[in-house]
Amino acid sequence: MSLYLKKHPWLAWLTLVVLVTGFSMAIVWAQKTITPNAPAPVTKMKPAATHPVIIKPGPATPRLDTGLKDKAGNAVTVACSTCHSTTTPNVLRNTAEDLFQAHRGLQYQHGALTCLSCHNASNYDTLHLADGRSVAFPDVMTLCSQCHGTARRDYDHGSHGGMNGHWDLTKGGRIRNNCINCHDPHHPKFPLVQPVLPPRDRISVPKAEGSH
Amino acid sequence: MNDPSTSPKTPCSGNCACSGNSAPPPADEPTGISRRTVVKALGATLGVAAYAKALAPLTELTKETSMDEFIQKHYKELSKEEMAAVIQRLTQEAKDHYGADVTISDPQPVDGVKFGYALNLSICNGCRKCAEACHLENNHDRPSHQSYIRVFEMSKGSMDFEKGNAHYDHPVPQPDKYYMPVQCQQCEHPPCVDVCPVEATWKEKDGVVVVDYNWCIGCRYCEAACPYHARRFNWTKPQIPAEEINPNQSYLSNRIRPQGVMEKCTFCLHRTREGRLPACLEACPTGARVFGNLNDPNSEIRWVLENKRVFVLKEELGLKPQFFYFFDE
Repeated sequence: MSLYLKKHPWLAWLTLVVLVTGFSMAIVWAQKTITPNAPAPVTKMKPAATHPVIIKPGPATPRLDTGLKDKAGNAVTVACSTCHSTTTPNVLRNTAEDLFQAHRGLQYQHGALTCLSCHNASNYDTLHLADGRSVAFPDVMTLCSQCHGTARRDYDHGSHGGMNGHWDLTKGGRIRNNCINCHDPHHPKFPLVQPVLPPRDRISVPKAEGSH
Repeated sequence: MNDPSTSPKTPCSGNCACSGNSAPPPADEPTGISRRTVVKALGATLGVAAYAKALAPLTELTKETSMDEFIQKHYKELSKEEMAAVIQRLTQEAKDHYGADVTISDPQPVDGVKFGYALNLSICNGCRKCAEACHLENNHDRPSHQSYIRVFEMSKGSMDFEKGNAHYDHPVPQPDKYYMPVQCQQCEHPPCVDVCPVEATWKEKDGVVVVDYNWCIGCRYCEAACPYHARRFNWTKPQIPAEEINPNQSYLSNRIRPQGVMEKCTFCLHRTREGRLPACLEACPTGARVFGNLNDPNSEIRWVLENKRVFVLKEELGLKPQFFYFFDE
């Protein structure tokens, strides 16, 4: 064989060229078939009947607990307008401590806002936007969104606020929290909570405090 | 003097080989049992004992394991009828062992769906309600607080959850900390699947890595291979009161696992393959968790991936997790 190749060197060259071409073509083909970064095929989403996303409505017009109990032991509550229809609002009293009738002891910490930033001095059964338009209590998200636009944007894209139900709206609906289901409007920052269910692994031993 | 017939009868020490018939036989050679015989008998006894010990698992097998379970095929090789029989048996076992009436389904991946999960570290406050929801949803062993989710308390500025503390037990959130829940990342290239010696774990079409609990041999290679500490081992038979058992179960996810097998988060496939949200997401009080179909360009998870500052854990390992972390601002 080797003698034959020595007699016909062009045959050796031809073999080499054929082999190299074949290998390179095989490599190109293999890379085409197993490209790791091929984009995921975008599936055509058939427009199907979608179920509704229900946002829990805000609270009904609130009532104030008087601290009294009726004969059945139920709390006695009064509507805001019961008192506010007969009292003139004093815009200088901005904190719960300034007040001497109701709302004493109300924990209040919401930026630089005052009571009348949101509450409607002309009708305490509604709220009002910054431009003065009144907002019903169940529509409170409209009011929050005028300052918390980024939170509202995230909320609208499903990345803020708890929810229950279906990720696939073609198979079922979804129920979403309203802003004030989680944030107390007078004190919107989440309070400290005690965490539940600390792990009791057999393997991972709790580290001593300060060792990490 | 040395004549035995005339010497006085003194007790013989027994160490000599005297030929005198009058000498009493030595005390330690009363009969014909030699030391060799004793050693032989002892060896035989030990041998029989070792043999019995070696066979003990077989006797236990007949007590604890039904023959059906012993000869059950791999999940992927079960025909429809065989699967129905297996589910029937598991349902009966749940009734016998736990006194619970459960429904075990076997939902299949949905075409065109690839699950993705994102978690907002700006919002998570470390309350661990997700871990608790997982614990309840997936029928975990109650005494060990088993859960597929570990929440790490992390120092701000650090990204390495190996330095995080999962055992914090003080009010949260602490001002100089952030909280990072870690569960199975459903990698594109799962190392746990690579190392399994019996192919008891594999990646499904919708991206979920699952375990056939009846095929797993409990060698825990996958637990060692997982860089996210996402796999769990059943050291004991899970203890769950009958009234706390979640009856909505599936073969590959939250049915009650036998002792001595590995288990892991399956993105709650018994819920998500039917379009429902995972239990940990529904439990999250802050809405830090986003779940959806990565193949749907209009899904919420895709919006997060395209508009937020997103990263994955231990990206340098190249495992391509399908679980993403992001920040708001």
